[in-house]
Amino acid sequence: MSSRPESLAPPEIFYDDAEARKYTSSSRIIQIQAKLSERALELLALPDDGIPRLLLDIGCGSGLSGETLTENGHLWVGVDISQSMLDIALDRQVEGDLLLGDMGQGLAIRPGVVDGAISISAVQWLCNADKSSHEPRLRLKAFFGSLHRCLSRGARAVFQVYPENLAQRELILRSAMHAGFAGGVVVDYPHSTKNRKEYLVLTCGPPSLSTATPKGKGEDGESGSDEEFSDEENQTIRTSDRHRPRKKQKTTKKGKGREWLLKKKEQMRRKGNTVPPDTKYTGRKRKSKF
Amino acid sequence: MRLLTHNMLSSNIKGVTNGFPLGIEVEKVIEKQVDFNPDFLRNMFAKVEWKALVDAARTMGYAELPEEADLSMLESDDFLKRFHHALLELHLEEGALVCPETGRKFPVNKGIPNMLLLEDEV
Ligand SMILES: C[S@@+](CC[C@H](N)C(=O)[O-])C[C@H]1O[C@@H](n2cnc3c(N)ncnc32)[C@H](O)[C@@H]1O
Repeated sequence: MSSRPESLAPPEIFYDDAEARKYTSSSRIIQIQAKLSERALELLALPDDGIPRLLLDIGCGSGLSGETLTENGHLWVGVDISQSMLDIALDRQVEGDLLLGDMGQGLAIRPGVVDGAISISAVQWLCNADKSSHEPRLRLKAFFGSLHRCLSRGARAVFQVYPENLAQRELILRSAMHAGFAGGVVVDYPHSTKNRKEYLVLTCGPPSLSTATPKGKGEDGESGSDEEFSDEENQTIRTSDRHRPRKKQKTTKKGKGREWLLKKKEQMRRKGNTVPPDTKYTGRKRKSKF
Repeated sequence: MRLLTHNMLSSNIKGVTNGFPLGIEVEKVIEKQVDFNPDFLRNMFAKVEWKALVDAARTMGYAELPEEADLSMLESDDFLKRFHHALLELHLEEGALVCPETGRKFPVNKGIPNMLLLEDEV
């Protein structure tokens, strides 16, 4: 397996002129991006009335995903952090307007004006800390907060993502829920390593019929074989909105203990949070103050 | 960049409370024809900040929009055509967008506004 581009360099460095050109001269990449974008647009579930909508394409890159939006009659604004990718989009004369911007700094768009957003293979980049000032959790928060504000009520955002692991997927989802989104993950072809694709389907506004997370494709084994269903793989993963009551935490009189604390700290570290080092003082009982 | 996009953009520099509308410094404006779609315009009308659009269009050299607009005008083809032209066909190709509170400039090159913030602006 090749290493993930996200771990090689920051996006504005990784997607340089050469990579940008490579990106759009490969017919395989073009085809894949188009397919992912078609599916994302389908999951946006826009009203079927033939009226063009104003959409956002986040991490629009060279405009491959945006072209799918244009072909379906919509207007779009694309945001990307790589000037080289945007230059290719200009060369390709895409119809959408382009912005050079970092989604991790929040979107500079005023409230309630956008009818929907898609993002193809880009959001997982936010899980990396490429600069010392980068804190993935805060960048995700800024991004999802600004996205939630600029979408009109009831609008959706659909992100195709390649999370590196479960913790990353959770981190992304949790940030979205905190910003006020409802929704969950749709997995297409969960049984196929090659075709398996994940989409975060997020809805703005109170949960309703339209906010139910749609089913993934090939959930019932469309991708061929009749292998055993494992629970995790077979189902569309749903998470409810932020208003769900939280599980009460169990604490004993003695507190949660050193072991519990060490485990929690390790979990936070894996999510990319800054956590103080473990020392002999970690989890030690404090003297009572009064 | 179209004025549609300009009408949606708002400065998000740390500490700025009202970043809308961004001022426009014009170096070069170009026009590109777009198919006329009255349904899109009628849908979009409610979301557009009219005064900001009128001012922006004037800055770009187009002064044919009425100062005020209301829903009844969406019946008029003449009005829709002007609205269409201002919103979708005028592009700021070179110049800058200016934060209304801080005066910070966001340069626009080849039609692309550079909205990247410096670290102390986040
Ligand atoms: C796999 S490419 C997808 C490109 C595009 N969706 C397409 O179909 O051509 C991922 C894109 O995400 C962009 N990206 C990564 N991190 C970003 C950030 N923080 N803000 C904006 N764009 C970002 C990259 O520059 C790159 O163009």
